[in-house]
Amino acid sequence: MSGPGERPILEARGLIRRFGGLVAVDNFSFAVREGAIHGLIGPNGAGKTTTFNVISGFYAPNAGQVLYRGRNVSGRKTSALAAMGLVRTFQGSTLFQELSVLDNVRVGRHLTARAGFLARLLGADRPSERAADAKARETLAFFGLEELAGEPASNLSHGHQRMLGMAVALSAEPRVLLLDEPFTGMNPQETRRMMSLVRRIRDGGVTVMLVEHDMQAVMNLCDTITVMNFGALLVEGAPEEVQNDPAVIEAYLGAAADDGAGHAA
Amino acid sequence: MWRIATRLRLLILFAALAVLPYLLSYSQQEIAVLLVINVLLVCSYRLLTLTGEWSLGHVVMMGVGAYASALLTKRLGVPVPVSMLAGGLAAAAVAAILSVPLFRMKGFYFLIGSFAAGEIIRLIWKRFTDPFGGPKGLKRIDAFPNIDFGFLEIDFYEPVNYYFLALIVVSASLYVLHRIERSRIGLTFHAIHWQDRLAESVGVDNFRYRTLAFVIASFFAGIAGGLYGHYVGAVNPTRFGVDQMVYVLVWAIVGGTATLHGPILGVVVLTVINEIVLRGLGLDTVRPLIYGAILILSVLYLPDGLESLGPRLRARLRRRGRDPAAAGGRAA
Ligand SMILES: Nc1ncnc2c1ncn2[C@@H]1O[C@H](COP(=O)(O)OP(=O)(O)OP(=O)(O)O)[C@@H](O)[C@H]1O
Ligand SMILES: [Mg+2]
Repeated sequence: MSGPGERPILEARGLIRRFGGLVAVDNFSFAVREGAIHGLIGPNGAGKTTTFNVISGFYAPNAGQVLYRGRNVSGRKTSALAAMGLVRTFQGSTLFQELSVLDNVRVGRHLTARAGFLARLLGADRPSERAADAKARETLAFFGLEELAGEPASNLSHGHQRMLGMAVALSAEPRVLLLDEPFTGMNPQETRRMMSLVRRIRDGGVTVMLVEHDMQAVMNLCDTITVMNFGALLVEGAPEEVQNDPAVIEAYLGAAADDGAGHAA
Repeated sequence: MWRIATRLRLLILFAALAVLPYLLSYSQQEIAVLLVINVLLVCSYRLLTLTGEWSLGHVVMMGVGAYASALLTKRLGVPVPVSMLAGGLAAAAVAAILSVPLFRMKGFYFLIGSFAAGEIIRLIWKRFTDPFGGPKGLKRIDAFPNIDFGFLEIDFYEPVNYYFLALIVVSASLYVLHRIERSRIGLTFHAIHWQDRLAESVGVDNFRYRTLAFVIASFFAGIAGGLYGHYVGAVNPTRFGVDQMVYVLVWAIVGGTATLHGPILGVVVLTVINEIVLRGLGLDTVRPLIYGAILILSVLYLPDGLESLGPRLRARLRRRGRDPAAAGGRAA
């Protein structure tokens, strides 16, 4: 297994994102090393998804910078960032529900199956489309979805939908993959399989940053974990350090006491 | 690479379309010409709707093509077939410019924005008598030139001949629209419609693709406009008003927009009802009322449009064939 390098591939410096009076991300900084599986955790409403939305260009930061491969990319368009290799998945099932499973992944190959307008019109894009189809089927096979290629995405079980979401993102051939709660709604067996897939994706040269509430999975999978609370950095470190940090325990217990749910524990 | 059955069906369709004008009266032939042009208008509109955006400016785009083509022939002496193509390009260019403000909006706001943009263009036609002719518009637009083969001279004043010209142009245009939809471009349009955030996250530039759909749709609307202007010989701002746009919407909704033949069914059926039934019964004046009633009925009882009738009937027949008792039971 290849360990993470020293060089950060993705960095946030003093990110701030407000929604009206609410500061969802508050002067937040972190660095993800190339080749790492980097966890981002925190109680509900801590600002994790908002952080992903800012990094991936869905929201511009009110202040601060996002650095990708050493370059300031704050405020760039999501599609431009995807073209540079920074791709995210969504919390919940965000898929092209009406398209087939295969077509979902084919859309994911938008950037790699390039052809001009006339080539598409005349059918001269057929070789590149064939290659894209083959790659799409490979990706489906990687996630064990090849049998379901012809099904509409909406027919898939929740676990399969989560996998398809990752398959779509992966088919964009990212260098950095941001996963927002990849294991939510999966049974323990599916979670274990997904964990091994995430490791294989990383071993294939993709840096992974993931938000997840399943602590066992996070502790098992991640090289480094950043904990955020109320939009700000709480603690950062290796899983063992974070796990036993009183501030982290306090934050989660506090949140659990507040809403009585405690599903983050 | 179409299947044999599809080819055969197309062949029969075109044979029927070739015989059709000879079964019609002179005035019905004239209606058939306009119908063919309207098929292109509504089918090009459908391409835009693939991205999920519904515009209220599509008929104005047709007008841009009609005005541009008419002016190019009148003022600059451009030959008519070339001017029609240029009319399409003019509509495409106007759409490209309008995309910049319009595609900052989505859904309802885009709908209203496209309406406002269309009204501004119509205002320009009305306000600037030179070159647009003001409220009266342009008259005595050059006709499509006769084609002389020596042994045979085709005169496009004849509705039959113009019908075939329009049929060829429109069929070719529909083929191009079909190719676009079947290519990755069409897949990307659908993707943007169903989940624009996900599309964007894998690198689709939604703005560019929405613009592309708008530009292509407007190009073919402009071609339809050119066909119209050089046939009728006159255009004016009222002809491309919002009431005409409402007809396009009704054709698209009543026919359905899931397939290319949906809006064609819509415009054909409604035109037949309009021309034969309404005009025949002398109900011309209550036309908007009847259109409104048809729209409401179809939204209530046929929400997926006329295009969904065929598959539904087939499914019912298959069920009946397999299980006659069930069909009998239902009838009882
Ligand atoms: N578009 C928005 N408009 C207004 N407020 C928002 C918006 N998005 C997020 N927020 C608020 O920002 C805060 C952070 O939300 P965010 O979704 O980033 O939390 P999270 O850490 O992902 O939580 P969870 O674990 O529940 O997914 C919350 O209080 C949320 O209500
Ligand atoms: Mg979240």
